[in-house]
Amino acid sequence: MVKEIERVGLPAVQICAIVPIALTVGANRIVRAIAIPHPTGNPKLEKKEEVELRKKLLRTALRSLTERIEAQTVFK
Amino acid sequence: MGRIKVVHYLNQFFGQIGGEDKAGIPPQLKEGPTPVGQLIQKESGDHLEVVRTIICGDNYAAEHLEEVAPAVLKWVEEVQPNLFLAGPAFAAGRYGMACSVMCKTVHQKLGLPALTAMHSSNPGVDEARKEIYIIETGDSTLDMKRVIPKMVGLAQKILDKVPIGMPQQEGYFPRGVRINVRAEKRGSKRAVEMLLKKLRGETFETELPLPQFDRVVPAPPIRDLAKAVIALVTEGGIVPRGNPDRIEAHNASKYCKYFIRDLNDLTGGEYQTAHGGYDPVYANDDPDRVLPLDATRLLEKEGVFAKLYDYYYVTVGNVTAVASAARYGREIGEHLLRDGVQGVILTST
Repeated sequence: MVKEIERVGLPAVQICAIVPIALTVGANRIVRAIAIPHPTGNPKLEKKEEVELRKKLLRTALRSLTERIEAQTVFK
Repeated sequence: MGRIKVVHYLNQFFGQIGGEDKAGIPPQLKEGPTPVGQLIQKESGDHLEVVRTIICGDNYAAEHLEEVAPAVLKWVEEVQPNLFLAGPAFAAGRYGMACSVMCKTVHQKLGLPALTAMHSSNPGVDEARKEIYIIETGDSTLDMKRVIPKMVGLAQKILDKVPIGMPQQEGYFPRGVRINVRAEKRGSKRAVEMLLKKLRGETFETELPLPQFDRVVPAPPIRDLAKAVIALVTEGGIVPRGNPDRIEAHNASKYCKYFIRDLNDLTGGEYQTAHGGYDPVYANDDPDRVLPLDATRLLEKEGVFAKLYDYYYVTVGNVTAVASAARYGREIGEHLLRDGVQGVILTST
């Protein structure tokens, strides 16, 4: 899906736990998620820390949308 | 002929440990076969003996491939088997990926024949089809009875070092290996025959399929994030409580969009996951763990970007046909572009 969104001309980033799959299917901008059942959360953390963790992931994702890339890139 | 010692890799489900709730378990050992291993033994007339089974949870394996592979390698090496088998994984993506990586690792590091089986939509296919034999299966366990004899038959041929037939004959995914064969008719004749068939609109089979590299040229980046409208999309199945539009738990036939302009947070009481392929406990407890609305709103308020788009798009990415997913992506992308969105964040589970 992310590849097709990018195809219409919109930068799109995929946040997912299994980076090799994102690479195989052809996502251009990839951010590694926390885990499969909770890609943007961590139930072990306090609510406040969890929101901070999410913000951090999203900042990385947003940054990935602002960078000019030539090939598939995993952003950290 | 002596017995052939086999080590078999399975996920938590086929390893009879549990369902999605046990998908997080690290790799563990079981001496002897599981029921799938018993099927393999039986099919081989007990010529193959599964001496050890390695079981690992789907999530654990997919998230820690680099860590699970060496552990599996060590357990395989200990019993000095003649053959390594994994799966079949059918259409299960995490499982297929693990099967392929384990087979590839065992084959490359120990020089053992390694074999697995899965459906053509499985991302595990492209992971290892050049290195190992992967038998093609249907998309569900219903195909087990047909697949096991194929796995056993091909494994036997590899062990006996007899020539392996073409992919279509043996039922494995083409490995991109070229071998010389003597054809009955010379090339020019075959080419003309193919051309004639093509002109007549008949079906013909090419002798040299062209590789399909479906890569998309990266879209130009957002120039000024502070002025950009961003949209959230998820394959993780987050829907309003009760799943009003009935997005299917697997092989979703649709995507939906839901209004979020007045929302700052997704709560477990009002939203839930409709996805049938992962443990829903965490997402149902706090849907922001899959669709991160709360943190996105905070960043919007901080001015990191200008505005969050008024709707989010959702489908269930669970054994969903690639063609459907591609269409959903294209349509969603076109809608968003038309509505002035400049960047998309998509989460998947």
